[in-house]
Amino acid sequence: MEIPKSFLGYKRENGRAGTRNHVIILPVDDISNACAEAVANNIKGTIALPHSYGRLQFGADLELHFRTMIGTGCNPNVAAVIVIGIEPKWTKKIVDGIAKTGKPVEGFHIERTGDIGTTMKASKKAQEFVMWASEKQREECPLSDLWISVKCGESDTTSGLAANPTVGNLMDKLEPLGVHLCFGETSELTGAEQVCATRGATKEASEKFMKTWSSYNDFILKEATDDLSESQPTAGNIAGGLTTIEEKAFGNFQKIGNCKFIDVLEPAEEPTKGKGLYFMDTSSAAAECVTLQAAAGFNIHLFPTGQGNIVGNPIEPVVKLTANPLTVKGMGEHIDCDVSKILSREMNLSEAGDELIKTTLRVANGRLTCAEALGHKEFVMTKLYRSA
Amino acid sequence: MGTDIIIHDKKDNVGVVVIEKIAPKQECACWIMEDDSSINIQSVDEIPLGHKIAMIDLNEGDTILKYGHDIGKVVKSIKKGEHVHVHNVKTKKW
Repeated sequence: MEIPKSFLGYKRENGRAGTRNHVIILPVDDISNACAEAVANNIKGTIALPHSYGRLQFGADLELHFRTMIGTGCNPNVAAVIVIGIEPKWTKKIVDGIAKTGKPVEGFHIERTGDIGTTMKASKKAQEFVMWASEKQREECPLSDLWISVKCGESDTTSGLAANPTVGNLMDKLEPLGVHLCFGETSELTGAEQVCATRGATKEASEKFMKTWSSYNDFILKEATDDLSESQPTAGNIAGGLTTIEEKAFGNFQKIGNCKFIDVLEPAEEPTKGKGLYFMDTSSAAAECVTLQAAAGFNIHLFPTGQGNIVGNPIEPVVKLTANPLTVKGMGEHIDCDVSKILSREMNLSEAGDELIKTTLRVANGRLTCAEALGHKEFVMTKLYRSA
Repeated sequence: MGTDIIIHDKKDNVGVVVIEKIAPKQECACWIMEDDSSINIQSVDEIPLGHKIAMIDLNEGDTILKYGHDIGKVVKSIKKGEHVHVHNVKTKKW
């Protein structure tokens, strides 16, 4: 198949391109959710991103909070941003971070004004932003403007046999064309970590990966109780035939095809070494991982599933694929790309990879994903430790 | 005849059922992805889609190989054709 050289995206002020054109209402902290949701309810075509954190955090955990907030606002799938926080200082810090992209952003703080006054002021600005954004047109953008993140979920053995290798096949075909790629799920590489480390493009990348994995593994072993093997693999994984974390890890690892990763990113860290594959240190929980990848600037997500994970994200479209025919039959409304014919050998891996490329480009051009049509907007911040 | 079981790597001692289920004493066609070769095996247990079958007899302490790699240890001996899962295999990691 000849791979198209371009897609239709929204060109942004900083040179990036979006596959979506969202105007978001971003609460800085948990207690500003109500106001953010009130604004989104007033002004049609905007979306609020409520979450649970943003108070009394400190150190690396607070840095991650800001990085996720600012990164979400900076994502090229976002046209403009309203930031609402309880206090002016942290609100301004996030506004200033997003403003560096050149996109419209304005902050409001609730203290001394209250929810109702803030909602009124923020709604007026949100209306201005959404009407401005509604005139943006899709334009032809080079394929290299695609930043593709991947994560699998509710995996079973069909994931490792077919759905994940299909993603790997797509990576092998798109990596030479200059796209950015990202995989994560540190804990779910356990058992395959030595093999994964050999896929670093440089000695530094390999060493950085082993350091990151070891630190995560030490944390897990420190906190581990005898229910760990019920969490990893999950009950869904086990029902689907996966027996151990090692088996899950080798299946997971199929998603990167034959690519080598050029760098290891902190959670929500934007890649800066140019095109190619990156590994990001993330949790293996679906919504947390996708939220971090979206905050790093990735503009389309590929999500292979076995038993049928249903996750979506408010700003980064999540494309689902599965090779499990029972999942296609039972919950087809969640599946954007069916590659189950690989198991019956009516389709080979390269044909499946081509199908996934076609689906990815249709979604990049504007086709809604199943998760978008079904209203999945899971925005889940990663928290590193307890607040002060 | 279609493929009932797929094996990733020639070194693997387990295969994955890729039809809705296999019945006890079923003659199954296996496809080895690595070198595109085929072999047959007779099942002992009923095994559902996505679950694993032992391709050889395995003793307690043996290593399960899938993708050509170590994915865990046998904790209860397994006969060729039997179901391989959490009741007879455990992680070496956690």
